[in-house]
Amino acid sequence: MSIFTSQIAPELPPEAHQIYEVDCTVKSNTPVNGEYRLLKLDAPQEILNCEPGQFFHLLCPTTSEFQPYFRRPMSIYGYYPDKGELHFLYKVTGEGTSALATLQTDDFLNVLGPLGCGFDIHPDWENLLLVARGVGLATLAPLALEARRQNRQLTAICSARSSDVLMSVDYFRSLGANVITVTDEDGSSDVENLRQLIEEQIANTGIDAIYTCGSNRLLKLLQSIGKQHNIPGQIALEQQMACGIGMCQCCVRPFERNGKIVQERVCKEGPVFDLQEAIGC
Amino acid sequence: MLGLTTKIGSLTLKNPIMPASGTFSEDLAQIFDLDVLGAHVTKTITREKRNGNPTPRVCEVRGSMLNSIGIPSKGVDAFIENVIPFYAKYDAPLVVSISAGSADEFVTLCEEVSIAGVDAIEVNISCPNIEEDGKAFAMRPSTTEMVMKRLRNATDLPLWAKLTPNTGETTEVAKAAEAAGADALVVSNTLLAMAIDIKTRKPKLGNLMGGLSGPAFKPIALRMAFQCAKSVDIPVIGCGGIATIEDVIEYLIAGASAVQIGTATFIEPTIMVRLIDELPNYLKSQDLDSVSELIGSVRDEEAADGLVFMEAAP
Repeated sequence: MSIFTSQIAPELPPEAHQIYEVDCTVKSNTPVNGEYRLLKLDAPQEILNCEPGQFFHLLCPTTSEFQPYFRRPMSIYGYYPDKGELHFLYKVTGEGTSALATLQTDDFLNVLGPLGCGFDIHPDWENLLLVARGVGLATLAPLALEARRQNRQLTAICSARSSDVLMSVDYFRSLGANVITVTDEDGSSDVENLRQLIEEQIANTGIDAIYTCGSNRLLKLLQSIGKQHNIPGQIALEQQMACGIGMCQCCVRPFERNGKIVQERVCKEGPVFDLQEAIGC
Repeated sequence: MLGLTTKIGSLTLKNPIMPASGTFSEDLAQIFDLDVLGAHVTKTITREKRNGNPTPRVCEVRGSMLNSIGIPSKGVDAFIENVIPFYAKYDAPLVVSISAGSADEFVTLCEEVSIAGVDAIEVNISCPNIEEDGKAFAMRPSTTEMVMKRLRNATDLPLWAKLTPNTGETTEVAKAAEAAGADALVVSNTLLAMAIDIKTRKPKLGNLMGGLSGPAFKPIALRMAFQCAKSVDIPVIGCGGIATIEDVIEYLIAGASAVQIGTATFIEPTIMVRLIDELPNYLKSQDLDSVSELIGSVRDEEAADGLVFMEAAP
Protein backbone atom coordinates (compact mmCIF):
# COMPACT_ATOMS: atom_id res chain seq x y z
CA MET A 1 0.00 0.00 0.00
CA SER A 2 1.38 3.39 -0.88
CA ILE A 3 1.91 5.89 1.86
CA PHE A 4 -0.35 8.27 0.09
CA THR A 5 -3.51 6.20 0.38
CA SER A 6 -3.38 6.29 4.15
CA GLN A 7 -3.16 10.06 4.18
CA ILE A 8 -6.24 11.55 5.78
CA ALA A 9 -7.08 15.07 4.71
CA PRO A 10 -6.75 17.31 7.74
CA GLU A 11 -8.85 20.32 8.60
CA LEU A 12 -6.62 23.30 8.01
CA PRO A 13 -6.65 26.89 9.16
CA PRO A 14 -7.50 29.14 6.20
CA GLU A 15 -3.94 30.36 5.62
CA ALA A 16 -2.39 26.88 5.59
CA HIS A 17 -2.39 24.82 2.42
CA GLN A 18 -2.36 21.05 2.26
CA ILE A 19 1.08 19.48 1.89
CA TYR A 20 1.27 16.11 0.15
CA GLU A 21 3.72 13.25 0.48
CA VAL A 22 3.39 11.29 -2.74
CA ASP A 23 5.26 8.96 -5.08
CA CYS A 24 5.73 10.41 -8.56
CA THR A 25 6.91 8.52 -11.64
CA VAL A 26 10.02 9.69 -13.44
CA LYS A 27 9.24 10.65 -17.05
CA SER A 28 12.81 11.60 -17.87
CA ASN A 29 16.00 12.62 -16.12
CA THR A 30 18.50 13.88 -18.67
CA PRO A 31 21.56 16.12 -18.81
CA VAL A 32 20.93 19.57 -20.29
CA ASN A 33 24.60 20.50 -20.42
CA GLY A 34 27.85 19.40 -18.84
CA GLU A 35 26.67 20.34 -15.33
CA TYR A 36 22.90 20.38 -15.08
CA ARG A 37 20.16 17.79 -15.36
CA LEU A 38 16.43 18.17 -15.93
CA LEU A 39 14.13 15.83 -14.01
CA LYS A 40 10.55 15.52 -15.27
CA LEU A 41 8.00 13.79 -13.05
CA ASP A 42 4.49 12.55 -13.73
CA ALA A 43 2.67 14.23 -10.85
CA PRO A 44 -0.89 14.12 -9.51
CA GLN A 45 -2.97 17.29 -9.93
CA GLU A 46 -3.23 18.05 -6.23
CA ILE A 47 0.49 18.72 -5.84
CA LEU A 48 0.65 20.98 -8.92
CA ASN A 49 -1.27 23.81 -7.33
CA CYS A 50 2.03 25.64 -6.76
CA GLU A 51 3.32 29.20 -6.54
CA PRO A 52 6.51 30.36 -8.27
CA GLY A 53 9.35 30.18 -5.73
CA GLN A 54 7.96 27.24 -3.77
CA PHE A 55 9.93 24.04 -3.38
CA PHE A 56 9.56 20.30 -2.88
CA HIS A 57 11.42 18.12 -0.42
CA LEU A 58 12.73 15.12 -2.37
CA LEU A 59 13.40 11.68 -0.94
CA CYS A 60 16.43 10.91 -3.09
CA PRO A 61 16.94 7.22 -3.87
CA THR A 62 19.66 5.26 -2.10
CA THR A 63 22.11 3.26 -4.18
CA SER A 64 25.17 1.20 -3.35
CA GLU A 65 27.25 4.31 -3.87
CA PHE A 66 25.00 7.05 -2.48
CA GLN A 67 22.98 6.93 0.74
CA PRO A 68 21.53 10.36 1.39
CA TYR A 69 19.50 10.29 4.62
CA PHE A 70 17.57 13.56 4.79
CA ARG A 71 15.26 14.68 2.07
CA ARG A 72 16.72 17.37 -0.19
CA PRO A 73 14.88 20.65 -0.72
CA MET A 74 14.69 21.64 -4.38
CA SER A 75 13.05 24.67 -5.94
CA ILE A 76 10.49 24.00 -8.63
CA TYR A 77 11.72 24.59 -12.18
CA GLY A 78 8.27 24.11 -13.67
CA TYR A 79 4.79 22.92 -12.69
CA TYR A 80 2.30 22.14 -15.41
CA PRO A 81 -1.17 21.09 -14.22
CA ASP A 82 -2.31 20.73 -17.85
CA LYS A 83 0.38 18.14 -18.59
CA GLY A 84 0.47 16.70 -15.06
CA GLU A 85 4.20 17.36 -14.84
CA LEU A 86 6.60 18.68 -12.24
CA HIS A 87 10.12 19.68 -13.31
CA PHE A 88 13.36 20.17 -11.38
CA LEU A 89 16.61 21.50 -12.78
CA TYR A 90 19.63 20.55 -10.70
CA LYS A 91 23.37 20.51 -10.62
CA VAL A 92 25.04 17.32 -9.42
CA THR A 93 27.15 18.44 -6.48
CA GLY A 94 26.71 16.18 -3.46
CA GLU A 95 25.32 12.88 -2.29
CA GLY A 96 21.64 13.84 -2.72
CA THR A 97 21.91 15.19 -6.25
CA SER A 98 24.28 12.37 -7.23
CA ALA A 99 21.62 9.90 -6.10
CA LEU A 100 18.94 11.87 -7.93
CA ALA A 101 20.98 11.62 -11.12
CA THR A 102 20.68 7.81 -11.01
CA LEU A 103 16.88 7.91 -11.42
CA GLN A 104 15.66 6.20 -14.60
CA THR A 105 12.43 6.62 -16.52
CA ASP A 106 9.53 4.85 -14.71
CA ASP A 107 11.37 4.89 -11.34
CA PHE A 108 9.45 6.35 -8.41
CA LEU A 109 10.47 9.47 -6.52
CA ASN A 110 8.74 10.36 -3.27
CA VAL A 111 8.16 14.12 -3.04
CA LEU A 112 6.79 16.28 -0.23
CA GLY A 113 5.15 19.57 -1.09
CA PRO A 114 4.49 22.08 -2.38
CA LEU A 115 6.31 23.86 0.43
CA GLY A 116 7.03 27.38 1.58
CA CYS A 117 5.92 30.85 0.51
CA GLY A 118 6.62 31.88 -3.07
CA PHE A 119 7.15 35.15 -4.96
CA ASP A 120 4.50 37.88 -5.11
CA ILE A 121 3.73 39.94 -8.18
CA HIS A 122 1.86 42.98 -6.93
CA PRO A 123 -0.85 44.25 -9.30
CA ASP A 124 0.98 47.54 -9.90
CA TRP A 125 4.36 45.96 -10.68
CA GLU A 126 4.47 46.24 -14.46
CA ASN A 127 8.18 45.99 -15.30
CA LEU A 128 9.88 43.10 -13.58
CA LEU A 129 13.62 42.49 -13.41
CA LEU A 130 14.95 38.98 -12.77
CA VAL A 131 18.61 38.64 -11.91
CA ALA A 132 20.16 35.29 -11.13
CA ARG A 133 23.18 33.17 -11.60
CA GLY A 134 23.75 29.51 -12.36
CA VAL A 135 21.15 27.16 -11.00
CA GLY A 136 19.46 30.12 -9.31
CA LEU A 137 17.89 30.82 -12.66
CA ALA A 138 15.89 27.61 -12.31
CA THR A 139 14.14 29.01 -9.24
CA LEU A 140 13.07 32.11 -11.20
CA ALA A 141 11.73 30.15 -14.20
CA PRO A 142 8.21 29.60 -12.79
CA LEU A 143 8.11 33.30 -11.86
CA ALA A 144 8.89 34.22 -15.46
CA LEU A 145 6.06 32.00 -16.67
CA GLU A 146 3.62 33.54 -14.19
CA ALA A 147 4.75 37.05 -15.16
CA ARG A 148 4.09 36.16 -18.80
CA ARG A 149 0.65 34.80 -17.90
CA GLN A 150 -0.10 38.13 -16.20
CA ASN A 151 1.25 40.11 -19.18
CA ARG A 152 4.03 41.82 -17.24
CA GLN A 153 7.13 43.16 -18.94
CA LEU A 154 10.09 41.00 -18.10
CA THR A 155 13.83 41.61 -18.19
CA ALA A 156 16.05 38.69 -17.21
CA ILE A 157 19.75 39.09 -16.52
CA CYS A 158 21.26 35.62 -16.62
CA SER A 159 24.73 35.16 -15.20
CA ALA A 160 27.04 32.16 -15.40
CA ARG A 161 30.65 31.14 -15.33
CA SER A 162 30.71 30.59 -19.09
CA SER A 163 28.25 30.78 -21.96
CA ASP A 164 27.92 27.00 -22.29
CA VAL A 165 26.42 26.72 -18.80
CA LEU A 166 24.06 29.69 -19.10
CA MET A 167 20.71 28.32 -18.00
CA SER A 168 17.16 29.02 -19.10
CA VAL A 169 18.09 31.70 -21.62
CA ASP A 170 15.98 30.19 -24.41
CA TYR A 171 13.18 29.54 -21.98
CA PHE A 172 13.09 33.17 -20.82
CA ARG A 173 13.25 34.34 -24.45
CA SER A 174 10.36 32.07 -25.39
CA LEU A 175 8.34 33.82 -22.69
CA GLY A 176 9.00 37.15 -24.36
CA ALA A 177 11.56 38.35 -21.84
CA ASN A 178 14.27 40.80 -22.71
CA VAL A 179 17.23 38.55 -21.92
CA ILE A 180 20.69 39.90 -21.10
CA THR A 181 23.45 37.35 -20.60
CA VAL A 182 26.66 37.96 -18.68
CA THR A 183 29.53 35.57 -17.99
CA ASP A 184 32.71 35.40 -15.94
CA GLU A 185 34.45 34.20 -19.10
CA ASP A 186 34.12 37.53 -20.90
CA GLY A 187 34.20 39.59 -17.70
CA SER A 188 30.67 40.92 -18.20
CA SER A 189 29.35 39.39 -14.97
CA ASP A 190 31.33 41.58 -12.60
CA VAL A 191 29.39 43.72 -10.18
CA GLU A 192 30.16 47.09 -11.74
CA ASN A 193 29.08 45.97 -15.19
CA LEU A 194 25.90 44.49 -13.74
CA ARG A 195 25.18 47.71 -11.91
CA GLN A 196 25.54 49.63 -15.14
CA LEU A 197 23.26 47.22 -17.02
CA ILE A 198 20.58 47.47 -14.36
CA GLU A 199 20.88 51.26 -14.14
CA GLU A 200 20.31 51.37 -17.91
CA GLN A 201 17.16 49.27 -17.57
CA ILE A 202 15.88 51.54 -14.83
CA ALA A 203 16.60 54.62 -16.97
CA ASN A 204 15.12 53.16 -20.17
CA THR A 205 12.01 51.21 -19.25
CA GLY A 206 11.78 51.67 -15.51
CA ILE A 207 11.77 48.73 -13.10
CA ASP A 208 8.96 48.17 -10.58
CA ALA A 209 10.32 45.12 -8.81
CA ILE A 210 13.51 43.08 -8.63
CA TYR A 211 13.64 39.31 -8.12
CA THR A 212 16.71 37.27 -7.41
CA CYS A 213 17.94 34.04 -5.94
CA GLY A 214 20.90 32.81 -3.96
CA SER A 215 24.15 34.66 -4.66
CA ASN A 216 25.54 36.92 -1.94
CA ARG A 217 27.18 39.21 -4.42
CA LEU A 218 23.93 39.76 -6.33
CA LEU A 219 22.06 40.25 -3.05
CA LYS A 220 24.34 43.09 -1.98
CA LEU A 221 24.28 44.73 -5.40
CA LEU A 222 20.50 44.52 -5.74
CA GLN A 223 19.94 45.75 -2.18
CA SER A 224 22.04 48.78 -2.99
CA ILE A 225 20.25 49.49 -6.27
CA GLY A 226 16.85 48.83 -4.70
CA LYS A 227 17.57 51.28 -1.88
CA GLN A 228 18.93 53.93 -4.20
CA HIS A 229 15.94 53.87 -6.53
CA ASN A 230 13.33 52.80 -4.01
CA ILE A 231 12.48 49.64 -5.93
CA PRO A 232 11.02 46.72 -3.95
CA GLY A 233 12.47 43.27 -4.36
CA GLN A 234 12.27 39.65 -3.33
CA ILE A 235 14.91 36.99 -2.94
CA ALA A 236 14.66 33.20 -2.74
CA LEU A 237 17.16 31.89 -0.18
CA GLU A 238 18.67 28.53 0.58
CA GLN A 239 19.54 26.88 3.85
CA GLN A 240 20.23 23.33 4.88
CA MET A 241 16.97 21.67 5.92
CA ALA A 242 15.86 18.58 7.77
CA CYS A 243 12.05 18.48 7.99
CA GLY A 244 11.21 21.14 5.37
CA ILE A 245 7.84 22.01 6.91
CA GLY A 246 8.76 24.15 9.92
CA MET A 247 9.06 21.64 12.75
CA CYS A 248 12.76 21.24 13.34
CA GLN A 249 13.97 24.87 13.33
CA CYS A 250 17.21 23.93 11.63
CA CYS A 251 16.93 26.17 8.54
CA VAL A 252 16.73 29.55 10.29
CA ARG A 253 18.53 32.58 8.86
CA PRO A 254 18.83 36.08 10.27
CA PHE A 255 16.86 38.98 8.74
CA GLU A 256 16.89 42.66 9.54
CA ARG A 257 13.41 43.96 10.20
CA ASN A 258 12.57 47.34 11.73
CA GLY A 259 16.14 47.72 12.98
CA LYS A 260 16.11 44.34 14.72
CA ILE A 261 17.60 40.99 13.80
CA VAL A 262 14.95 38.29 13.56
CA GLN A 263 15.43 34.59 12.87
CA GLU A 264 13.09 33.03 10.33
CA ARG A 265 12.74 29.55 8.92
CA VAL A 266 13.67 29.38 5.26
CA CYS A 267 11.29 26.42 4.76
CA LYS A 268 8.23 28.03 6.30
CA GLU A 269 8.41 31.83 6.30
CA GLY A 270 10.50 31.56 3.10
CA PRO A 271 12.14 30.53 0.92
CA VAL A 272 11.17 33.90 -0.63
CA PHE A 273 11.94 36.92 1.52
CA ASP A 274 11.99 40.69 1.18
CA LEU A 275 15.18 41.72 -0.61
CA GLN A 276 16.09 44.47 1.86
CA GLU A 277 15.51 42.30 4.95
CA ALA A 278 17.81 39.51 3.75
CA ILE A 279 21.31 39.25 5.22
CA GLY A 280 24.06 37.62 3.21
CA CYS A 281 26.16 34.91 4.76
CA MET B 1 -11.69 -5.60 18.24
CA LEU B 2 -7.93 -5.35 18.65
CA GLY B 3 -6.74 -3.49 21.70
CA LEU B 4 -4.47 -0.68 20.64
CA THR B 5 -4.94 1.38 23.77
CA THR B 6 -2.17 1.75 26.29
CA LYS B 7 -2.05 3.31 29.70
CA ILE B 8 0.57 5.83 30.78
CA GLY B 9 -0.29 6.29 34.45
CA SER B 10 -3.69 7.97 34.63
CA LEU B 11 -3.76 8.70 30.88
CA THR B 12 -5.20 6.21 28.43
CA LEU B 13 -3.85 6.61 24.91
CA LYS B 14 -5.91 5.25 22.01
CA ASN B 15 -2.72 3.86 20.49
CA PRO B 16 0.91 3.72 21.59
CA ILE B 17 2.28 5.98 18.80
CA MET B 18 3.13 9.59 19.54
CA PRO B 19 5.70 12.09 18.29
CA ALA B 20 8.99 12.83 20.01
CA SER B 21 9.43 16.38 21.22
CA GLY B 22 11.20 18.60 18.68
CA THR B 23 10.07 16.59 15.68
CA PHE B 24 6.44 17.65 15.78
CA SER B 25 4.51 20.90 15.56
CA GLU B 26 1.27 22.41 14.33
CA ASP B 27 2.88 22.46 10.87
CA LEU B 28 2.33 18.70 10.57
CA ALA B 29 -1.44 19.36 10.55
CA GLN B 30 -0.93 20.46 6.93
CA ILE B 31 -0.11 16.85 6.08
CA PHE B 32 -2.46 14.62 8.10
CA ASP B 33 -5.18 14.69 10.73
CA LEU B 34 -3.23 14.90 13.98
CA ASP B 35 -6.04 13.23 15.90
CA VAL B 36 -4.94 9.79 14.69
CA LEU B 37 -2.01 10.00 17.12
CA GLY B 38 -1.94 8.50 20.60
CA ALA B 39 -0.79 11.83 22.03
CA HIS B 40 0.70 15.16 20.96
CA VAL B 41 4.09 16.18 22.35
CA THR B 42 5.19 19.74 21.75
CA LYS B 43 8.71 21.00 21.18
CA THR B 44 10.51 21.86 24.40
CA ILE B 45 9.91 25.41 25.57
CA THR B 46 11.83 27.53 28.01
CA ARG B 47 10.31 30.42 29.99
CA GLU B 48 12.35 33.03 28.20
CA LYS B 49 12.75 33.63 24.50
CA ARG B 50 15.80 31.89 23.11
CA ASN B 51 17.39 32.07 19.69
CA GLY B 52 18.91 28.62 19.60
CA ASN B 53 22.32 27.58 18.35
CA PRO B 54 24.35 28.79 15.37
CA THR B 55 23.82 27.05 12.02
CA PRO B 56 24.42 24.46 10.68
CA ARG B 57 22.09 22.96 13.25
CA VAL B 58 21.82 19.49 11.75
CA CYS B 59 23.91 17.18 9.67
CA GLU B 60 23.41 13.69 8.37
CA VAL B 61 25.65 10.77 9.17
CA ARG B 62 25.19 7.41 7.50
CA GLY B 63 21.54 6.53 7.99
CA SER B 64 21.05 8.88 10.93
CA MET B 65 21.40 12.49 12.00
CA LEU B 66 23.08 14.83 14.45
CA ASN B 67 21.36 17.94 15.70
CA SER B 68 22.24 20.88 17.79
CA ILE B 69 19.15 23.06 17.45
CA GLY B 70 19.56 24.51 20.95
CA ILE B 71 15.90 24.87 21.99
CA PRO B 72 14.91 28.10 20.22
CA SER B 73 11.82 29.18 22.16
CA LYS B 74 9.28 31.95 21.73
CA GLY B 75 8.81 31.89 25.49
CA VAL B 76 6.05 30.57 27.70
CA ASP B 77 3.60 33.44 27.11
CA ALA B 78 3.56 32.97 23.34
CA PHE B 79 3.24 29.23 23.88
CA ILE B 80 0.21 29.58 26.14
CA GLU B 81 -1.36 32.11 23.82
CA ASN B 82 -0.81 30.35 20.49
CA VAL B 83 0.19 26.73 20.82
CA ILE B 84 -2.00 25.28 23.57
CA PRO B 85 -5.25 26.62 22.01
CA PHE B 86 -4.27 25.10 18.64
CA TYR B 87 -4.47 21.60 20.13
CA ALA B 88 -7.81 22.19 21.88
CA LYS B 89 -9.74 20.84 18.90
CA TYR B 90 -8.08 17.42 19.16
CA ASP B 91 -9.02 14.53 21.42
CA ALA B 92 -5.44 13.26 21.69
CA PRO B 93 -3.85 14.24 25.01
CA LEU B 94 -1.48 17.21 24.88
CA VAL B 95 1.93 16.68 26.45
CA VAL B 96 3.96 19.85 26.94
CA SER B 97 7.75 19.54 27.03
CA ILE B 98 9.55 21.99 29.30
CA SER B 99 13.16 22.79 30.05
CA ALA B 100 15.11 25.15 32.28
CA GLY B 101 18.62 25.75 33.51
CA SER B 102 17.71 25.64 37.19
CA ALA B 103 15.22 23.90 39.44
CA ASP B 104 13.56 27.21 40.37
CA GLU B 105 12.98 28.12 36.77
CA PHE B 106 11.71 24.59 36.07
CA VAL B 107 9.17 24.98 38.89
CA THR B 108 7.93 28.36 37.66
CA LEU B 109 7.54 27.11 34.09
CA CYS B 110 5.86 23.92 35.26
CA GLU B 111 3.30 25.95 37.24
CA GLU B 112 2.72 28.26 34.30
CA VAL B 113 1.87 25.42 31.91
CA SER B 114 -0.26 23.45 34.39
CA ILE B 115 -3.42 24.82 32.84
CA ALA B 116 -6.55 23.59 31.09
CA GLY B 117 -5.77 21.94 27.79
CA VAL B 118 -2.53 20.38 28.99
CA ASP B 119 -2.75 16.68 29.90
CA ALA B 120 0.83 15.91 30.93
CA ILE B 121 4.21 17.57 31.23
CA GLU B 122 7.31 16.03 29.73
CA VAL B 123 10.32 17.24 31.66
CA ASN B 124 13.34 17.60 29.43
CA ILE B 125 15.98 17.06 32.11
CA SER B 126 18.55 16.23 29.46
CA CYS B 127 19.44 19.93 29.33
CA PRO B 128 22.38 21.43 31.24
CA ASN B 129 21.94 22.41 34.88
CA ILE B 130 23.58 25.84 34.78
CA GLU B 131 23.54 26.23 38.56
CA GLU B 132 25.89 23.33 39.05
CA ASP B 133 28.55 22.21 36.60
CA GLY B 134 26.47 22.48 33.43
CA LYS B 135 25.96 18.74 33.24
CA ALA B 136 22.43 17.64 32.36
CA PHE B 137 20.11 17.04 35.32
CA ALA B 138 19.40 13.53 34.00
CA MET B 139 23.07 12.55 34.00
CA ARG B 140 22.97 11.90 37.74
CA PRO B 141 20.43 10.36 40.13
CA SER B 142 20.87 13.19 42.68
CA THR B 143 20.06 16.07 40.33
CA THR B 144 17.28 14.05 38.70
CA GLU B 145 15.63 13.39 42.04
CA MET B 146 16.06 16.96 43.22
CA VAL B 147 14.45 18.59 40.21
CA MET B 148 11.68 15.99 39.80
CA LYS B 149 10.73 16.33 43.48
CA ARG B 150 10.42 20.08 43.12
CA LEU B 151 8.26 19.62 40.02
CA ARG B 152 6.11 16.97 41.71
CA ASN B 153 5.19 19.58 44.31
CA ALA B 154 4.52 22.16 41.61
CA THR B 155 1.84 20.39 39.57
CA ASP B 156 -0.94 17.80 39.75
CA LEU B 157 -0.50 16.91 36.08
CA PRO B 158 1.28 13.69 35.13
CA LEU B 159 5.05 14.23 34.89
CA TRP B 160 7.09 12.37 32.31
CA ALA B 161 10.85 12.54 32.85
CA LYS B 162 12.82 12.48 29.62
CA LEU B 163 16.12 10.75 30.31
CA THR B 164 19.47 11.13 28.61
CA PRO B 165 21.74 8.41 27.24
CA ASN B 166 24.72 10.54 28.24
CA THR B 167 25.03 8.87 31.61
CA GLY B 168 26.66 5.81 33.11
CA GLU B 169 23.85 5.51 35.64
CA THR B 170 20.77 4.71 33.58
CA THR B 171 18.92 2.59 36.12
CA GLU B 172 19.88 4.77 39.09
CA VAL B 173 18.57 7.85 37.29
CA ALA B 174 15.38 5.99 36.34
CA LYS B 175 14.82 4.93 39.95
CA ALA B 176 15.54 8.46 41.18
CA ALA B 177 12.90 9.88 38.84
CA GLU B 178 10.40 7.28 40.01
CA ALA B 179 11.20 7.92 43.68
CA ALA B 180 10.68 11.65 43.13
CA GLY B 181 7.18 11.02 41.81
CA ALA B 182 7.53 10.86 38.03
CA ASP B 183 4.52 9.21 36.37
CA ALA B 184 6.47 7.89 33.38
CA LEU B 185 9.93 7.87 31.82
CA VAL B 186 10.68 8.80 28.23
CA VAL B 187 13.75 6.86 27.16
CA SER B 188 15.52 8.62 25.70
CA ASN B 189 16.89 11.90 24.41
CA THR B 190 19.80 11.98 21.90
CA LEU B 191 23.36 10.76 22.38
CA LEU B 192 26.16 13.35 22.32
CA ALA B 193 28.08 12.94 19.08
CA MET B 194 30.22 14.75 16.53
CA ALA B 195 31.02 14.86 12.82
CA ILE B 196 33.84 16.69 11.01
CA ASP B 197 34.11 17.61 7.34
CA ILE B 198 37.51 16.21 6.43
CA LYS B 199 37.94 18.61 3.50
CA THR B 200 37.44 21.81 5.49
CA ARG B 201 38.34 20.22 8.85
CA LYS B 202 35.37 22.04 10.31
CA PRO B 203 32.89 20.34 12.63
CA LYS B 204 29.68 19.76 10.70
CA LEU B 205 27.55 21.41 13.40
CA GLY B 206 27.78 25.09 14.29
CA ASN B 207 27.77 24.09 17.96
CA LEU B 208 30.63 21.57 17.32
CA MET B 209 28.78 18.67 18.95
CA GLY B 210 25.18 17.53 18.94
CA GLY B 211 22.79 14.69 19.57
CA LEU B 212 22.70 11.51 17.50
CA SER B 213 19.25 10.26 16.57
CA GLY B 214 17.80 7.96 13.95
CA PRO B 215 18.23 4.24 13.25
CA ALA B 216 21.92 4.15 14.26
CA PHE B 217 20.90 5.18 17.76
CA LYS B 218 18.08 2.66 18.17
CA PRO B 219 19.96 -0.22 19.86
CA ILE B 220 21.27 2.17 22.51
CA ALA B 221 17.89 3.69 23.34
CA LEU B 222 16.30 0.24 23.23
CA ARG B 223 18.86 -1.06 25.73
CA MET B 224 18.07 1.86 28.02
CA ALA B 225 14.30 1.40 27.66
CA PHE B 226 14.77 -2.26 28.60
CA GLN B 227 16.94 -1.41 31.63
CA CYS B 228 14.50 1.25 32.80
CA ALA B 229 11.47 -0.98 32.38
CA LYS B 230 13.27 -3.64 34.44
CA SER B 231 14.16 -1.23 37.22
CA VAL B 232 10.99 0.83 37.77
CA ASP B 233 7.25 0.20 38.10
CA ILE B 234 6.12 3.34 36.25
CA PRO B 235 5.55 3.12 32.48
CA VAL B 236 8.43 3.61 30.08
CA ILE B 237 7.91 5.36 26.76
CA GLY B 238 10.49 4.20 24.22
CA CYS B 239 12.13 6.79 22.01
CA GLY B 240 15.10 6.48 19.71
CA GLY B 241 15.54 5.51 16.08
CA ILE B 242 12.12 4.02 15.42
CA ALA B 243 11.42 3.87 11.67
CA THR B 244 9.44 0.66 11.11
CA ILE B 245 6.62 -1.30 12.71
CA GLU B 246 9.21 -3.90 13.73
CA ASP B 247 11.04 -1.21 15.68
CA VAL B 248 7.80 -0.33 17.50
CA ILE B 249 7.19 -3.98 18.37
CA GLU B 250 10.78 -4.38 19.57
CA TYR B 251 10.43 -1.47 22.01
CA LEU B 252 7.11 -2.83 23.30
CA ILE B 253 8.67 -6.25 23.86
CA ALA B 254 11.59 -4.56 25.65
CA GLY B 255 9.10 -3.12 28.10
CA ALA B 256 7.92 0.19 26.65
CA SER B 257 4.21 0.93 27.08
CA ALA B 258 4.24 3.41 24.20
CA VAL B 259 6.74 4.85 21.76
CA GLN B 260 7.73 8.22 20.38
CA ILE B 261 8.66 8.70 16.73
CA GLY B 262 11.18 11.46 16.05
CA THR B 263 13.77 11.68 13.31
CA ALA B 264 11.83 9.33 11.00
CA THR B 265 9.11 11.97 10.65
CA PHE B 266 11.63 14.25 8.95
CA ILE B 267 12.19 11.59 6.30
CA GLU B 268 8.61 10.36 6.04
CA PRO B 269 6.20 12.94 7.51
CA THR B 270 3.29 10.47 7.45
CA ILE B 271 5.21 7.68 9.18
CA MET B 272 3.18 7.81 12.39
CA VAL B 273 -0.04 7.38 10.38
CA ARG B 274 1.49 4.39 8.63
CA LEU B 275 2.69 2.76 11.86
CA ILE B 276 -0.75 3.19 13.45
CA ASP B 277 -2.23 1.48 10.36
CA GLU B 278 0.30 -1.33 10.48
CA LEU B 279 0.03 -2.09 14.19
CA PRO B 280 -3.32 -3.97 14.08
CA ASN B 281 -2.09 -5.96 11.07
CA TYR B 282 0.95 -7.01 13.01
CA LEU B 283 -1.13 -8.04 16.04
CA LYS B 284 -3.41 -10.10 13.79
CA SER B 285 -0.48 -11.77 12.10
CA GLN B 286 0.79 -12.88 15.50
CA ASP B 287 -2.64 -13.94 16.83
CA LEU B 288 -2.48 -11.26 19.48
CA ASP B 289 -5.51 -9.36 20.77
CA SER B 290 -3.84 -6.34 22.25
CA VAL B 291 -0.73 -4.23 22.47
CA SER B 292 -0.54 -4.99 26.20
CA GLU B 293 0.31 -8.62 25.45
CA LEU B 294 3.55 -7.43 23.89
CA ILE B 295 4.65 -4.97 26.55
CA GLY B 296 7.58 -6.33 28.54
CA SER B 297 7.31 -9.78 26.94
CA VAL B 298 11.06 -10.03 26.32
CA ARG B 299 12.31 -13.54 27.04
CA ASP B 300 15.23 -12.71 29.27
CA GLU B 301 14.64 -15.45 31.87
CA GLU B 302 18.18 -16.71 31.56
CA ALA B 303 19.82 -13.37 32.24
CA ALA B 304 21.01 -12.52 35.71
CA ASP B 305 20.17 -9.10 37.17
CA GLY B 306 23.81 -8.17 36.93
CA LEU B 307 23.70 -8.60 33.19
CA VAL B 308 20.47 -6.64 32.80
CA PHE B 309 21.81 -3.64 34.63
CA MET B 310 25.33 -3.59 33.22
CA GLU B 311 26.62 -0.22 32.08
CA ALA B 312 29.70 -1.47 30.26
CA ALA B 313 30.03 -3.58 27.18
CA PRO B 314 31.42 -7.04 27.96
